[in-house]
Amino acid sequence: MKTVLVVDDSPMIRRIAKKILEELNFKTGEAEDGQKALVAVSDSMPDAILLDWNMPVMDGLAFLVHLRQLPNGATPKVLFCTTESDVKHITRAMQAGADEYIMKPFNKQIVKSKFEEVGLC
Amino acid sequence: MSLAFAALQSFLLRSSGLSLDRDKQYLVEARLMPVVQQAGLASLNDLIAKIETDRALAKKVTEAMTINETFFFRDRQPFEGFRQVILPELMKARGKTRRLRIWSAACSTGQEPYSLAMILDEEARALMGWTVEIVASDIADSVLKKAREGAYTHFEVQRGMPTPHLVRYFTKRKDHWTVNQTIRARVNFRQQNLMEDFSHLGVFDAIFCRNVLIYFAPEQKRDVLNRAARSLAPDGYLVLGAAESVIGHSTEFKPHDDHRAILARRPRPDLCSF
Repeated sequence: MKTVLVVDDSPMIRRIAKKILEELNFKTGEAEDGQKALVAVSDSMPDAILLDWNMPVMDGLAFLVHLRQLPNGATPKVLFCTTESDVKHITRAMQAGADEYIMKPFNKQIVKSKFEEVGLC
Repeated sequence: MSLAFAALQSFLLRSSGLSLDRDKQYLVEARLMPVVQQAGLASLNDLIAKIETDRALAKKVTEAMTINETFFFRDRQPFEGFRQVILPELMKARGKTRRLRIWSAACSTGQEPYSLAMILDEEARALMGWTVEIVASDIADSVLKKAREGAYTHFEVQRGMPTPHLVRYFTKRKDHWTVNQTIRARVNFRQQNLMEDFSHLGVFDAIFCRNVLIYFAPEQKRDVLNRAARSLAPDGYLVLGAAESVIGHSTEFKPHDDHRAILARRPRPDLCSF
């Protein structure tokens, strides 16, 4: 079973995202900011990370930069999942090493489609 | 079954080829009650009683009953087949004329022809000096209006489409993403009922007719497929939906050797030369 780490400071978003991902047969974990996500991935590298942009302590972009420098940090597929929906943000995320980009609000169809896009569904 | 439902079934079959099963009565109510209200009529029965004599109302009923589910790069495989098989083989065969014509035969709100146009843009280098026309048609004016505008919600652009395509081929305008002019200009939208003669659209090298004939009755399906064969070049390709097949409906096509989702025209014995 493939694993996905959901990183978002909103407990409600984490709950909804995890429910959708579990319905898509993923095993899920969660972290509430980039710093905690770094601890989680150093413990166990997931197959994918669903990543919010704006979070306290460490935002999504900073986390992504750190992640890609870790041993095995190039392995997980990173899908941003954020309210930032302008081309400038999307381009920055993709250039920083994101594999896909989900604009909130999202639904199951979108999540499935994007995970298919990165070859995990 | 009520007389009104039977009358609606008969009307839809004649006007658009749609086969309306008895268990779809709930769908009729959901789709047609807004038309009843718009027309200021008292009931569904009143609406059905008028469709044989009121052409504008008949058109609204047909449009309301048409399925418009679509999304960018839907099912993926047919588009990979287009890129990897159809396009290279046709380019080999049309080296002299350097012209290709593609028909998206039930394009709904435009996602299919725009997906094809994006692929053509990606293959622009190989296609330099070629003229490629995409004709996209649908029975319903309302969906064609949206298709021509090329403006999609953030839900629509996130279903099936890779993010790099969104950034490259769309512009964000307030809450919508609009297909860039270079892609829009590649597609020629036309109103076309598949039950009516479509020979005036000319001959095509590839026809995409996906997820529409599944709603047609067998006789209508046979008729459309056989006429589509006549609108297809002898070495052209037909692409149907993932769950569709020509088996039992037409002998004009055979699956492509390397790609089951693509159908090639079957050589006609009377055209063979010995």
